[in-house]
Amino acid sequence: MTGSNNESGGNSSFSRRDFLRSSGAVAAATTLSAQAEAVAQDEGPEILSGEQSITLNVNGKDRHVSVEPRATLLEVLRYQLDLTGAKPVSLDGSSGASTVMIDGKPVTASTTLALTVRGKKIQTIEGLAGDTLPAAFVEHDAQQCGFCTPGFVMAVRAFLNQHPDASEAQIRAGLNGNICRCGTYHQVIQAAISVAKGG
Amino acid sequence: MVEYNWPSREQATVIGKEFERLDGLVKVTGAAKYSFDINLKNQLFAVALGCPHAHCRIKSIDVSGAQKTKGVVFTHVFEHAREGCEIQWQGELLAVVAGETEGAAREGVAEIKLELEELDVFVDAEDLEGATQAGRTGKGGGKVVTEREPGDEDDEDEFIEQEMERMFNESAHVVEGYYGVDAITHCCLEPHGSTVEWKDGELTAHLSTQNVSGTDEGFARDLEITSDDVEVHCDYIGGGFGSKFAPDYWGIAAARISRETQRPVKFLLDRDQELQLGGNRPSGYIKVRLGADKNGVVRVWDSHHWGTSGYRGGGVSHGVIPYVLVPGNYRRRATAIKCNTAQSRAWRAPNHPQACALSQTAIDDLACVMGKNSYDVFLANLAGADNGKAAVYAEQMKLAAGLMDWHRKWHLHGQGRSTGSIVDGLGMALHTWGGSANHSSCRLRISPDGGVESFCGTQDIGTGTRTICAQVLAETFGLSITEVKVNIGSSKYPNSGASGGSTTVGAVSESHRRAAQDALEKIFALVAKELDADAGTLRTVDGRIEVPGGGQSMSWKKACSLIGLKPLEVTSSYVRGTPSPLSSSRVGGVQMAHVEVDKETGVIRIKKFVAVQDQGLVINPKTCHSQITGAVIMGITAALYEHRVTDPLTGAFVNAGLSDYHLARLGDIGEIVVELYEPESERQRGVIGNGEPPVISPAAAISNAVANAIGTRVPVIPMTPKRVLEALAKT
Repeated sequence: MTGSNNESGGNSSFSRRDFLRSSGAVAAATTLSAQAEAVAQDEGPEILSGEQSITLNVNGKDRHVSVEPRATLLEVLRYQLDLTGAKPVSLDGSSGASTVMIDGKPVTASTTLALTVRGKKIQTIEGLAGDTLPAAFVEHDAQQCGFCTPGFVMAVRAFLNQHPDASEAQIRAGLNGNICRCGTYHQVIQAAISVAKGG
Repeated sequence: MVEYNWPSREQATVIGKEFERLDGLVKVTGAAKYSFDINLKNQLFAVALGCPHAHCRIKSIDVSGAQKTKGVVFTHVFEHAREGCEIQWQGELLAVVAGETEGAAREGVAEIKLELEELDVFVDAEDLEGATQAGRTGKGGGKVVTEREPGDEDDEDEFIEQEMERMFNESAHVVEGYYGVDAITHCCLEPHGSTVEWKDGELTAHLSTQNVSGTDEGFARDLEITSDDVEVHCDYIGGGFGSKFAPDYWGIAAARISRETQRPVKFLLDRDQELQLGGNRPSGYIKVRLGADKNGVVRVWDSHHWGTSGYRGGGVSHGVIPYVLVPGNYRRRATAIKCNTAQSRAWRAPNHPQACALSQTAIDDLACVMGKNSYDVFLANLAGADNGKAAVYAEQMKLAAGLMDWHRKWHLHGQGRSTGSIVDGLGMALHTWGGSANHSSCRLRISPDGGVESFCGTQDIGTGTRTICAQVLAETFGLSITEVKVNIGSSKYPNSGASGGSTTVGAVSESHRRAAQDALEKIFALVAKELDADAGTLRTVDGRIEVPGGGQSMSWKKACSLIGLKPLEVTSSYVRGTPSPLSSSRVGGVQMAHVEVDKETGVIRIKKFVAVQDQGLVINPKTCHSQITGAVIMGITAALYEHRVTDPLTGAFVNAGLSDYHLARLGDIGEIVVELYEPESERQRGVIGNGEPPVISPAAAISNAVANAIGTRVPVIPMTPKRVLEALAKT
């Protein structure tokens, strides 16, 4: 049963707990519940239960998907759209491996509910074709096993968008949200420096 | 009979040159498909229930609630989790639920009802006394060597005791120390697991594995089929440091579920399970007493160390204590402790990083006691190097010291100038590893149109193996690396050894060079006939085969057209252990660390790290560099941040997640300088693996640098701020 309630806010009978219960979430992460609350606050109480047909704008294309309210953006990208560049390393976002950009800002897809990014521009690593950064990663050998690398590329791209003239010190200080187990940080720094205008 | 060889440094055009990885762009752009990324039509998602307790007996396990959960398709209770079974560590998988979605499977897991009888727990491997009281200790082996032999009349034990005491009494300097290394986990970013499909009696397993050629048998055995019915596939693996050699029982479970449901199944461990079960490195703690002469040369070593590999005991092998620098007289003893933690798995350079940190710290403390430069004390002890590499180490030390500017930066232990609460320090360590070539076969197909394609059941675990294979073929045929096609990652290709122990680069360069030289001999024979030349004089240059000295030549394409209508196929093999001019073993390296320690907060920062490493002939300096910097960063992580923290009362692995299991981040690594030590004498030794060696020294070198900075030893690694402050408080 699909239902939505777009009545204006102020209906105190709809608590965050109700939202979660109706969404059927099991052990929802704190971040996810916080987002759920944010949705409720932004748009007024919205009760969503069961499969939802939504449209997501991914890499410039509208994609129609059917999701449960609890579905994360990462699950939708990987299992419905087969965009597997964003990786499920730590579902709490602590590894940064699922980094994508939402309206140009880096977020971890594993901590983002798909419902919360309707109407927003979602950019994944697969949408970064033609960017100079992936080639710089290859040139500087900024990958080994490569599992963390797409998330790293997205994080570096987002960082350099905000700090196009970043110095090496800024790069070292500003890219600590991603984990690499093979130890490619040295090369990631070199790749980022090569692309940063300020060098 | 083809004489296998490598071209000289001057002749080589591809080998020894820097190349970008062939698979670089697909990995960087997210196009590379790892086992976790393989999505098969109609696939089920499997999620497992891990045991909440570290030591317990299963009283009952009821999955009926899971079976009734919407979207759940299949449930399975593992054999080892049946009623009455004893579970020995937290996280051990008890049951698995397969559902239409991951969410459905998780809801199913939440419905499993479990009754457990909690049993006594022991997890603190550092607590030797507690382990003894709890009856958790066992013998870990040992060895005694004395330069003087006991006489016929002597009681051996008494003689050794007296001899050791005599040696200590005659020593100009005696050091007594306590050192330790906590257990760490593999923590692969792609967890252990697979996406599998059972179809028409055959299994395709997309397995995250370091052992493509060796896991089909494991699946087959447990599924009661034969290996020909199994294909293991792994194009890309998200982290493998010695823990991904087998299907594992969860891989077998995935295959069984697929067989039962006739649907593909994706089953990878959850993050906490990956840390709990996916492999760990044994802990080690040691009490050392060493005696040295007035020149700082260690003459006698006496040590007892203990630690755990899990519930069966184990620990760090006594065979590598003391590490590399071995005096003429030593006594070493190990005690194995049984803890309720998962059994360890081979972790990059098994035993060596711990042994280095447990013994070369004592060498550095000797320098501290003597009031000498640590460099000089290490140098004085090189004669004791047990791998015959004393002269190489001396050269490497000189190089490393130059790169570090060691002698200008050096100050005696604890006598550096503070800037506010910050003081700096220098430390070094050295290491060794084998790295001989594993077995490997390569099938080469050369088409009449000039196409070159190789097939080998090896895997690229992130080290650049694909690119190495292409370089070897391209060099041999005088082609560019994009003109050859390398196929790896399937168990249906010719067998090649597992990637463990730094054995892959030797393995694939052996098999690919052999196959290429074997094929080239046949092509040369055809060309020689056509050009009326001596086949023995022909050589490949820049896409052509030519008679040297400005003689006749023929394009590669034309030469291949002489093969006939069908492709030329050659399969060549290297058998492990066969003496060969193409590969050998036994490498060494010297590493130096420059650190800053904040005495107010206990925080350690790496300022600069230098790694000098030999590895015989280097095929791709670019990826070789990356491997060494990566190993250094992994070593920095182990030295400063990561360890498994267990609760002594419940045995719980309390930091089994990436937010709490602290790994170094990009801002933590300082400046890293890598030097590939490759004089002609090294190059002549052929190819030697380099995966393990550079990860060995960092913890010891950094520990020594911290001791040099603050004038006291932070005994146990990782050197967390808390431990630094505790060490300072004792001074």
